[in-house]
Formats: sequence, structure tokens, C-alpha cells
Amino acid sequence: MKTAVLVFPGSNCDRDLAVAIRDVSGTAPIMVWHGDTALPDGVDLVAVPGGFSYGDYLRSGAIAARSPIMRAVVEAAGRGVPVLGVCNGFQVLTEAGLLPGALMRNSGLNFVCRDVSLTVENTGSAFTGGYRTSEVINVPVAHHDGNYFADPATLDRLEGDGRVAFRYAEAVNGSARGIAGLLNDAGNVLGMMPHPERRIGPAHGGSDGRRLFEGLLAAVGA
Amino acid sequence: MKLRIFVTLKPGVLDPQGKAIHHALGSLGFEGVEDVRAGKLIEMEVADSTDDTAIDGMCRQLLANTVIENYRVERA
Repeated sequence: MKTAVLVFPGSNCDRDLAVAIRDVSGTAPIMVWHGDTALPDGVDLVAVPGGFSYGDYLRSGAIAARSPIMRAVVEAAGRGVPVLGVCNGFQVLTEAGLLPGALMRNSGLNFVCRDVSLTVENTGSAFTGGYRTSEVINVPVAHHDGNYFADPATLDRLEGDGRVAFRYAEAVNGSARGIAGLLNDAGNVLGMMPHPERRIGPAHGGSDGRRLFEGLLAAVGA
Repeated sequence: MKLRIFVTLKPGVLDPQGKAIHHALGSLGFEGVEDVRAGKLIEMEVADSTDDTAIDGMCRQLLANTVIENYRVERA
């Protein structure tokens, strides 16, 4: 699986994501700087990491979403290349218009950093094939702006189209309809606040996140 | 030309920061504060030739996220 992991100034989960993907796929990802204008040829996956790109200036993910590499990512997503955004990566994908809605300050105002339970809502995507429908998994979150917002009509459409991939199984951040992970219309873009790369083996206290990457590897078939 | 761009949350969008400020004002003993909404003020110096279309483009493409925010431009 040939993967590009994007790196912005202020990314801090880029290495975690690269290690997780290397561990699962056996191939080290290519780290791609935000100022580049093209992705490596023939990438099977683009991963947008967590962190605080550009210090969260203006809005979380806002500046990163307008960086040169994101034009190439939007184009790749349009061709059907899987794009995964974790935490700040999810914020970047909404700001770039690849996913609807926005991620706002947590309703409780606190930075939330702990393990949370998620319900797997959609197992039909390249990202979620390693899970069973309605299964409850345990993955850490660490964010200040994870409170998903979209207008009620958009939320109804997202639910109706099965685009909610993961839902919080407990109160976490005030997210609309408990949305923790969201797919685009074609199902090849996933944004999620929880960190699957931080739950890939016994040393992490479990492997529930690993199965996302295993599912991707199986779906990509490379 | 100086521009002052006010970016505010749309009505109905929950504003946790405004709520926290509201709460803190109450703690300080200020009574009669009925609601608080927090926004941003962006001040810019632009060429006099900058037209409305360009200013609107800046607001829509970057300065405001129109999913959750409104913007208002003041020229000085």
C-alpha cells in the first residue's frame, strides 16, 4: 500500500500515523510536505494527520486546507483515491470542502484527552471493512475542537445516506448526532476525531484502531 | 484603504466561548447580561483598487467558514 502522509507546520501525529501504516502494511509511507504541489505517483492512500497545523490560527485546519498540496489531495479524492483525515486532519478535510459541516469548540470547553467508546455505523467503506456493524470499539481522542456541526437538513441527509462511519457511544464533545467519523458521498474520504493510529497493538492497550488500517489494506489490495 | 471584517457565528450555532464569557461575567457580579456571543475582528490594509468581488472572495474562501459563520465588511 503506497501511502502519502501529509506534514503541515504544527502537525504532531504524522509520525504516529506513518508508524501505524508501516506496521500494518509493511511499507513505510512517503511524508509529503504541505508546500509540495503534487502527490507521489500512484498513491493508494492519502493520510492527513492530527496536530495543530498553523497553530490552529483563524480556525482549526483553515490555513492547512488552503496549502498547495491540498489542491492535489482534492483532485486525488475526486479520482477515488482513499483519503483519511484524523483529528486535525478531519478539520482540514471539512475546511477543504471534502467533507460537509464544521468542527467547533467542544461543548464543555475542555480539551478532551481519553479513551472513548465508538459505535461502528457503516462497514461498507474501504476504511471500515475490518469492523462489524454496530460493534463498539475503544479508541483514544485528544482534541479541543471536535464538536461536529452541520444544519439539520444536512445531518438528515448524512444519516439517510449512511455516511456516519463512527458515532460516540458516550458524551464526549457535544458533536451533532454523536458524529465521530464521517464519509464523503463516494465513500472514499473519511474524517474522524478519534485516533486509530494510537490503538494498534498490545503496547497501546488494544488493537481496535489497527483494524481500520487492516481494512484499508484489504480494500486497496496492494 | 483599511478594512475591518467582522466574523460572527450564525444565529443558532452554539457558542461555547460566549457561554464561558457569560458565566465569568456572572461570577464577577455583573447582572443583567442576557447573552454573549464571541466573534473575530480582522483588520486589513488593502490597495484602494481592491473591489468588492475580491473582498467577498477573501471572506468566503478563507476569513469566514460560511457553514457556521457570517461576515460583515466595514471600509474606513
